[in-house]
Amino acid sequence: MVPSKGAASKSAAKRPRVAPPTAAAETPLPPDKLRELYYWMRLTRTLEERLVALYRQTKVVGGLFRSLGQEADSVGSAFALERRDVLSPLIRNLGSMLVKGATPLEILRQYMAKGDSPTRGRELNIHFGDRERGFIGQISPLGDMLPVMAGVTLSFKMRGEDRVGLVYVGDGATSTGAFHEGINFAAVQRCPLVVVVENNGYAYSTPTHKQTAAKQFVDKALGYGVPGEQADGNDVLAVYAATRRAVDRARRGEGVTLLEFMTYRRKGHAEHDNQSYVPRGEIERWERENDPLTRFTDRLTSEFGVDNAALEAIDDRVRAEVDAATDEAEKSPPPEALDALVGVYADPATAETLWYREGESAAVEQHERAEGWGTYSAGASTTPKED
Amino acid sequence: MAEITYLEAIREGLVEEMVRDTNVFCLGEDIGAYGGAFKVTDGLLAKYGESRVIDTPISEAAIVGAAAGAAHMGMRPVCEMQFIDFISCAYDMLTNYVATARYRAFLPCPIVVRGPSGGYVRGGPFHSQNPEAAFLHTPGLKIVYPSTASDAYGLLKAAIRDDDPVLYFEHKYLYRRIKEELPNGDHVVPIGKARLAREGRDLSIITYAATVWKALEAAEQLEKEDGLSVDVLDLRSLLPMDDEAIMATVKKTNRVMIVHEDTRTGGVAGEVTARITERAFAWLDAPILRVTAADVPLPYSPPLEDFVLPQTSDIVTVARQLAAY
Repeated sequence: MVPSKGAASKSAAKRPRVAPPTAAAETPLPPDKLRELYYWMRLTRTLEERLVALYRQTKVVGGLFRSLGQEADSVGSAFALERRDVLSPLIRNLGSMLVKGATPLEILRQYMAKGDSPTRGRELNIHFGDRERGFIGQISPLGDMLPVMAGVTLSFKMRGEDRVGLVYVGDGATSTGAFHEGINFAAVQRCPLVVVVENNGYAYSTPTHKQTAAKQFVDKALGYGVPGEQADGNDVLAVYAATRRAVDRARRGEGVTLLEFMTYRRKGHAEHDNQSYVPRGEIERWERENDPLTRFTDRLTSEFGVDNAALEAIDDRVRAEVDAATDEAEKSPPPEALDALVGVYADPATAETLWYREGESAAVEQHERAEGWGTYSAGASTTPKED
Repeated sequence: MAEITYLEAIREGLVEEMVRDTNVFCLGEDIGAYGGAFKVTDGLLAKYGESRVIDTPISEAAIVGAAAGAAHMGMRPVCEMQFIDFISCAYDMLTNYVATARYRAFLPCPIVVRGPSGGYVRGGPFHSQNPEAAFLHTPGLKIVYPSTASDAYGLLKAAIRDDDPVLYFEHKYLYRRIKEELPNGDHVVPIGKARLAREGRDLSIITYAATVWKALEAAEQLEKEDGLSVDVLDLRSLLPMDDEAIMATVKKTNRVMIVHEDTRTGGVAGEVTARITERAFAWLDAPILRVTAADVPLPYSPPLEDFVLPQTSDIVTVARQLAAY
């Protein structure tokens, strides 16, 4: 397979951020699978909306990262994996993690820095993983998960295990050395790895044309000697189909595939980001014309004969689940301060207590909260239109 | 058992661990067909094949990152940095990813990153470095730096079997200069334990790696010429550090100097000094003195390199000052 040719104009800056046409006849999924895709996308969106509410109540301790408008590419790609496969999500892949078995309760506890959160309050937001369920927690330096997933999938190859890995990077991460080293290493070793570049137009405030002079990210596949494919990231079925082809290829021992999903980040880098750098009308246009949930809902009802009542029932179920998880998460205790010293090493299991902290169970009586970074502040708020 | 070199001891340890545990594999640049820049992995490709002796692209971050990923899945990778100077290319991966994995994500990351280190070999600024101090303040990593063949062998085994990431520095000046008969059996040197290389009463030299041999040479000279009896403590493990052994020698001689080949500012000696003043200040009869490299990149030409690096004569000079204080 050769890298596909996307519609790219001569001026990178003016290139329209429209997705390439989807291959017409994708193998349709059975109705229950289609409804399941809708469920994961709806759960992602509703859970994030709940997090916004909690953020504004200052119950979310750190920053809040949205995937609004990108739910299809997370859900559709993760859905193409088997249970035994492993993925490594990025900050906008809440949907992928939910598909892989992360629960709303875990997400809420994690954002609220609770003691019974998946990382016991050590890490922020969706930075967590579970080897059993097949997702590996990311770290903040971008691109770093590519070499790590090269190693994860190298181990599958070495042991002859029938397992595939998938790693997400953003348009920004493709500029890092780790991205280059990781995909090159994996390509040489023919690791069973799918590399997904989510092109959502911005890395924090930096638009894609300031990130790369390449016309499109899928072109980079050629340089690494791996097949590449570009797909409409806001069409969940197109994402699923493209990922499935790459996963099947990896499973057959044919190595790495680079996928580029064209999508759009409708919220800021994080909730504090007011998106002042976005051209007027761009966000609204994507919301109006290319919302992945609206598009999928339309297809489900018009093309696949799913009735509105069935979808509303899913919406109700999602709301009930998120409500229950919120109630539960709010009851969770904060971490015990002494747990901060546990588990840096297997041996010794606990770090040494500083002598002036001997016998103390807390460092301060009141835990200050940063105003400027992380917590919601009305002055630096995002545009209010979609809340 | 016949005498073997420091380098052969590393290879021997590696081979035995690969036999013992099929999850152990090696990856690095030119380690397969070529056997490594210094031939540490010579012959391993023929024995274990391409899947366990992996020649990688020139990608230190990918070597360490891929090792971490494989380690999460139960493998025991041993990474070679062709020269340890290049470990800084993987600094992000080691400090941000590898060192934090257990704490933030409960992911075991039992990798070993090893490579030829140190100077006295006319290698110039990029083939002579001692980067241990750059990693000393990164919780989550362990650091060892052997000076003898049996420690090179025993510490490599301990590093491979450790459930956490270990940086294993091997001194290229010692590779073929040190020869020793290895102890019998499965000799594993525990990480975190220092070794008393010479017993003395009058003053202590705390050191590690190649300067252990210079300290021993100086101790010999001081004994002969000054009648001074010198304790030489070889740290072997820098992280964790053997505080017990350090305090024991301080309390025995009450006069301490610290010798290392790495540059002075922010070096290991500063950390050892702080530990001693916090825990054993009352036992000191003199200020703690340091013999280290000067704070310059390591130059190539012999007169320059020798002027920058600690020499036996420097240790003797400083030891006499210390004894006279």
